[in-house]
Amino acid sequence: MKDDVSRLDDADRRILEAIQAGLPLCPHPYDAVADRLALEPADVIARVARLLKNGVIRRIGVVPNHYALGLAANGMSVWDVPDDAVAGIGHRVGALPFVSHCYRRPRHLPEWRYNLFAMVHGRSREEVEDKVGEIARLVGDADRAHEVLYSTRILKKTGLRIGA
Amino acid sequence: MMAKPELDATDARIVNELQGGFPVSRTPFADVAASLGIEEQDLIARISRMCDTGALSRFGPLINAERLGGAVTLAALAVPEGRFDEVAETVNGFREVAHNYAREHRLNMWFVVAADRRQRIGEVLGEIEAATGLAVHDFPKLEEFYIGLKVTV
Repeated sequence: MKDDVSRLDDADRRILEAIQAGLPLCPHPYDAVADRLALEPADVIARVARLLKNGVIRRIGVVPNHYALGLAANGMSVWDVPDDAVAGIGHRVGALPFVSHCYRRPRHLPEWRYNLFAMVHGRSREEVEDKVGEIARLVGDADRAHEVLYSTRILKKTGLRIGA
Repeated sequence: MMAKPELDATDARIVNELQGGFPVSRTPFADVAASLGIEEQDLIARISRMCDTGALSRFGPLINAERLGGAVTLAALAVPEGRFDEVAETVNGFREVAHNYAREHRLNMWFVVAADRRQRIGEVLGEIEAATGLAVHDFPKLEEFYIGLKVTV
């Protein structure tokens, strides 16, 4: 894990900075990046493929704006499940098609008992509630308590940016 | 909020089927277009239009900050109602705050802090505590089970 960073050289970083906000929308997008950075197209393609393979790039594709697409209800469902069961449950919950992020996070006792977070998107609160019900059925007896924290406003959304 | 952009059946297929797996090749749009049974230029035009209308936030890579040697955390504040906007402005003023959401809970402000140095995360949280006088609850990820957006339109 740790040596991934040292394996990134200057050209890798320049490529990431060039494409992080979007790939060029033209028939040969990697050639366009290569042109801009004075690299060979084959080199850019090989480097992007390697960054994808080693997980620096998680995936490449469309990034839907779920609010604009009508998926306006966003519920952060939080679950108190036994620590020794959280990994198995987390993988199963994360595999549900309507869960966009699923993580184990620390409890902050006594005021915060939840150790599993699963983000659920839907067109309405009712739809999110149905989906949370589906998670509850999957979690079963391990569900010691859960809550859904609905978002009421996006206060900021810029995303990660590397470089200056 | 903007009006919901109109998508036809082909747009919807693009959104549903291209949330990952875009080829790393000389002609990636042609490759995808062939599998969708449409023309390369049509695919490019549709993606471009969906970026313009806001249906897509962008088209490109999703980068993993941790793999770059950085770190990300989720943090929450219980903000007194009368101070909400003022505190939001303070929190949003940090470059490292990537997202910030108001949520219905006693912990009513949830934000993601992303930095290219792990150490910077703790510094930012400390600076937010100092600037707001509120306790920051840090919920770093201990284990990741899934991240992605399997939005279906």
